[in-house]
Amino acid sequence: MNIKLKVWRQAGPKSKGQFETYTVPEANPHMSFLELLDVLNEQLIKDGIAPIEFDNDCREGICGMCGVVVDGVAHGPQKRTACCQLHMRHYRDGDTIVIEPWRAEAFPIVKDLVVDRSAFDRIVGAGGYVSVNAGAAQDANSLPIPKQNADLAMDYASCIGCGACVAACPNASASLFTAAKISQFALLPQGAPERKTRVMTMVDQMEAEGFGDCSNHAECEAVCPKGISISSIAMMRREYMKAMLG
Amino acid sequence: MTSRNPLRSPVGKKLITGITGLLLTGFVIVHMVGNLAMFSGSEAYNEYAHFLMSLGPVLYLFEFGLVAFFVFHIVNGIQIAIGKRRARPVAYDTYKSAGGMSRQTSSSRSMIITGVVMAVFLVLHIASFKFGPGGPGNADAAYMTSIDGVEMRDLAKLVEEKFSTPLYAFGYTAVMLLLVIHLRHGIWSALQSLGAMRPSLTPAVYTIGSLIGVLIGLGFIALPMAIYFNLL
Repeated sequence: MNIKLKVWRQAGPKSKGQFETYTVPEANPHMSFLELLDVLNEQLIKDGIAPIEFDNDCREGICGMCGVVVDGVAHGPQKRTACCQLHMRHYRDGDTIVIEPWRAEAFPIVKDLVVDRSAFDRIVGAGGYVSVNAGAAQDANSLPIPKQNADLAMDYASCIGCGACVAACPNASASLFTAAKISQFALLPQGAPERKTRVMTMVDQMEAEGFGDCSNHAECEAVCPKGISISSIAMMRREYMKAMLG
Repeated sequence: MTSRNPLRSPVGKKLITGITGLLLTGFVIVHMVGNLAMFSGSEAYNEYAHFLMSLGPVLYLFEFGLVAFFVFHIVNGIQIAIGKRRARPVAYDTYKSAGGMSRQTSSSRSMIITGVVMAVFLVLHIASFKFGPGGPGNADAAYMTSIDGVEMRDLAKLVEEKFSTPLYAFGYTAVMLLLVIHLRHGIWSALQSLGAMRPSLTPAVYTIGSLIGVLIGLGFIALPMAIYFNLL
């Protein structure tokens, strides 16, 4: 397969970036998207051009490090996967693929396709934890939790913090990420004692990082590799109201 | 803590936009039903308008509330639109919706445009009807009438005159279509902002919200069209 790539190149955080077009003449349909970039980088190194920087780690669709915007969609056209699980068999010979980094003021570009997502760490640091030492796991029956709550908390906790929600949001809002982190605790008794301060401090931090406001486009849910529902955002708002009233 | 101030907090802003949005939706429904009184004749319409005016302090209270709802709704909407540009100063070269669970539509993306156009329309609308001839501060004997011996403003006459001109009839209709577009995203979005949504309800509520928007729009468009095409 002959694949053309239009890739965002930016030498550093302060540099002015631009698109460069490259061709991978012998792409294999079994290659993953990241392997395609690997092949292209080998080609670039041979040609004496700096290779394209992109984040990646597990390459198994678990960690979420590899997020880039592929043809206008965060993590690419395949639903509920990180872009490392996107394979070239979904493309046709001669296709052009546009690759851009996450674009948000709160996610400054480090180089090329790599962005700094530490704003997410600071949101979690603002309250996304249980302060007390909960000790070893206790007997399951001593702390009854309804099955549906446990399942939903697990769904929200499956957030890998990849940042696709911010990248896809027309407003660059971090509501889905923040809401998932707040809601996973709100559903469990261990999270209950700090629930009121947690929602306030985390929402504050989200704002301080310079993310936009939510407009309920639900684009975040559509691109989330874990399929986290915007019902978490509704829950964050209920938590906020409870904290305001009480 | 900024989040303690709902005017500054990202979640607080959504709550305020949602609550005021739903209250304003309630208002436009009442307004639309009031307009339909014209289909029972000019007298019924004038009597309804006169009844509202005769409420006195109660009317002022409602008007004050409405102004407050509009101001909060508009200011928040503009803040959200400005924040969006600040949060993403460099736009994507290629951007598209992923579809699926996304509720991103031409409606959701144009809330600020439809909203601002309606806000401008609102000023012109109030100036030409409420404060038009025969209205407060604009006494005009030609726009007064008497029903069962009671002197009242002949608002029906003004409405008929205005909607006989193509500019008013079609301008009003066009803005009401923008209202439909605004409500298509707005009603569902307000409920989601208030935390009232769960995934199983979303498709139904979204559809019902859009349908309510269309019915409100049709109710508003009926009067100018009926007058312009002499169907009344």
